[in-house]
Formats: sequence, C-alpha cells, structure tokens
Amino acid sequence: MKYSYFPGCSLKGLGRAYEESLLPVMRHLGAELVELEDWNCCGATAYMSVDEEKACILAARNLSIAQKAGPHDLLTPCSACYLVLNKTKHFLVDSPSIKQSVEGALKKANLAYGGNTPVRHPLDVLVHDIGLDVIKEKVVRPLKGLKVAPYYGCQVVRPYATFDDAWNPTTMDRLLATLGAEVVPYPLKTKCCGASLTGTVPEAGLRLTYILLKEAVRRGAHVIATICPLCQFNLDAYHDQIVRRWGAARIPTVYFTQLMGLAFGMDPKTLGLQRNFIPFHLPTTVQPAPVAAHA
Amino acid sequence: MKINRTIKYEADRVRGFAREIMSIPGCEALYSCIQCGTCSGACPLSIYMDYSPRQVMALVRSDFKNEVLASHTVWLCASCYACTVECPRQIRITDIMYGLKQRAIKEAIYPRHFPIPILAKEFTKMIRSKGRITETLLVMNLFLKANWLAVLSSWRLGLGLIRTGRFVIRHERIERRAELASMLNGGNGRPANVTKEIA
Repeated sequence: MKYSYFPGCSLKGLGRAYEESLLPVMRHLGAELVELEDWNCCGATAYMSVDEEKACILAARNLSIAQKAGPHDLLTPCSACYLVLNKTKHFLVDSPSIKQSVEGALKKANLAYGGNTPVRHPLDVLVHDIGLDVIKEKVVRPLKGLKVAPYYGCQVVRPYATFDDAWNPTTMDRLLATLGAEVVPYPLKTKCCGASLTGTVPEAGLRLTYILLKEAVRRGAHVIATICPLCQFNLDAYHDQIVRRWGAARIPTVYFTQLMGLAFGMDPKTLGLQRNFIPFHLPTTVQPAPVAAHA
Repeated sequence: MKINRTIKYEADRVRGFAREIMSIPGCEALYSCIQCGTCSGACPLSIYMDYSPRQVMALVRSDFKNEVLASHTVWLCASCYACTVECPRQIRITDIMYGLKQRAIKEAIYPRHFPIPILAKEFTKMIRSKGRITETLLVMNLFLKANWLAVLSSWRLGLGLIRTGRFVIRHERIERRAELASMLNGGNGRPANVTKEIA
C-alpha cells in the first residue's frame, strides 16, 4: 500500500515525535509513505481568518502536487491540515468563485487539480485499510494493564467526519484495545483542547486543557492518547502554568502512534518519547519487549 | 462617566451586511436560524464571550455589523466546529465566524492588543515569505508584537522545548517560494489588498 504523505509544519517542529513514531509504525505495517515534494503550510485556522480564498489556494497547491505524484490517497496526520485540505475540497465544489480563483492561481504554477484526491487521516487508514487484524499480528508487547484515555480533539472528526462519528468516535478506542491496552471511558474525547488560545488567552484556553487532563486523571487513566500535534502540545507543555492556576492534573499525553510502536516492540527513543514534558513510562504489568522484535 | 445605550436603533444597522455574510458558501442557511441557542450550549468558550454565538447569529442577520466585528466572540472561537455539527438548521456557524474574522481584520476594527488577530497576521506573513511555519519562531514574533511580559512568563516553556529538542530556530522553508508568492498575489485577479492592510 502506497500513500502520498503531507506531514504539515507541526510534525517538523513541536510535533516531531508524531512523525518519528508514525513513519516506523507505517513501515512496519507495510505501508509506504512518500512525502509530497515541496509541500507548503496548510494555512491552518489562521489563514482562513484572514482570507478564505488564499487559504484555499494554499491547500490546493498541496492537493495538486499530490495529484501529480500519482493516484494515491493523501495521508495527513495533523488535524488542522486534515480539516483545511478537506474543507478546500468542499469549497471547490460549493463555490464557483473560489474554484475560479484557485484554478487561476494553480495555472500560474503550471499546476491543476481535478478535485478527487482522497485526504485521509492515519487513524482511518490504520483501521480501515490496514485493519485491526493485521495490527494485532504485529503486537509483540501487549499493553496489558495500561489505562488509556482516547482523545480525538476537534478537527479530525468535525465537521467532515467521514470515517467516524463526530461526537463519539471509536476508531482509536478499538485500535488501542487491539494493542492490549485498557481504554477508559472518556466522555470528553472530542471536546476542544483550547487550540492556540492556550497561548493567546490562557485564562480561557488553558482551562479547557485543564478540564481534559483532570477528567482523564479522575477516570484512572495512566496516559492520554492523542491524534493531533496541537492537542499533544497543549496537554503536555503547560502543566506548570496549570498547577499554578488550578492545581495539579498530572498525566502524560502521547501520540497513539507512539503506543503502537511500543506494542510493536520498538524502542521508546526511536518513537520520540523522550520529547515529552511529562514523561511516560509503561506500567510494570507490561512485559519487556522480546529481543530483536522488529527489524 | 461613560454610559452605554442598552438597546439598538434602526440607524445602527449596516444594510447589506447580512447578505454579504450569507454569501459565504454554506452560510446562506443563516436565514433559517431559529435562535434555539444550541450553538451557545455546544460552544466550549461561550462562557467567556461578550455576545454568545446565538446572539452573534441574530446580530449578523439583522445587519449589526459594527457590534459583531468589535466583539470578542469571533476571536474566542477556536474553530472546534461543535456548533456547526450540532446546529439543527445546518448553519455553518464556524464559517460565519471566519467570515467575521476576515472582515474585522480587513477593516481593522478588532479589539486593540488582542493577540489572536496579531497571531493570524504573523502567521500569514511567515507563510508568504517562507511557505511553511516554524512554530517556535512564530510564537516569538507574536510575543514581541503583542506582549513582552509573556516572554518572561514563558521562559520555562522555552527551556522545556529546548530540553526536549522541539525548539526549532532554523526557518522551515519551501523551495519554490516565488511560485507560492505569485499564486497568493492576486491569484484571484484582484489586488492583494488584504495583507497590505493588515501588514
């Protein structure tokens, strides 16, 4: 299986542990990811706030580079990228005027977009293309006794939730259970983490983060698993400020791909786990990895 | 003593504003808003807003442009799409909020020193020159422009990022920057006035 891969800016910066864990996990499962050549920033929520037409041009450049690369689905792990690329596809259908200016802009770069490259999240691909059976076969170190709060955040499931439910998604729950982990009920799984408000309006943004952390602790989870680089950053990096404002809610947050890598017997360091502010360690109920588990 | 009138007059309306917002793809459904308040209930940030999302819908539909563009509400929207998914009339409320943000920036009537419009501006500037975002450099720009004190209070965060190898100081950039710039400059056949105005 071959996919075009759009990492997005975060996975080269604050969220590099996401890429560090995603790539070996996908390789281990036999999926080939080919990074888009010369991809640009998706524009995230910021460009959409300034000019939606130009935001669509940014996304369309990436979509057309993907189309040029071949008839593969475009895999994008960051929630904001996933949303913006899908949103642009919708705008191109819904708005003739946006379509016209996007086409004009693409033409300047000798690019064109036919409008049908599927934009997909790794969670979708892992569960629906590769399949839980195949993943289960690769588990050499079941995450027995590890209690995980599955946190999906906003923009993968809303508003273009094509592969899962907008309010009660379950793909990651099932994936984590396949790894042998115990998935705790986590009703806040799609509640907003505060996004960039954690930095710009901390009183409001950090409180949302705090609520998510506290609920995960209250539910007895050892760790929160996330699918978005900004969610991971918010839930991991602000504990000192949160403690000062509202009290401790100490729990590590890792990418779901890092938990997959551990279950496949990979070394925590190659999965970027040393990059956490709040360090994560497997509980003693999880057996050590068999020697030379993965090539 | 500064006093405020608590009801709105007909003369406060800016005719045509509602129509303009409803021309955004998917936002024409605003006509059918039943003012049920589901959006305000679903919104995780409505408790901090001066106008709730339901009130913003009513104000927009009634052409009260200046009130909504100057409100904090649009800048507290984190784009989580909870309102959009919940709305019983399928109004794309998040997209309406984006439409309002764009107009507030364009007309420079967002709340002074509010860091979010400044972030949006710095973000677009970095994309236009580099093609990609280097988050740590973006945040430093934002702090310098918006709030010096924040730099001091965030030194631990910065140190933590350095310790965990996540503090990137070299700009990420694309190869074909000129190509991207030409696409963004008047790609619509119109002058690129928006960025000039906010720059």
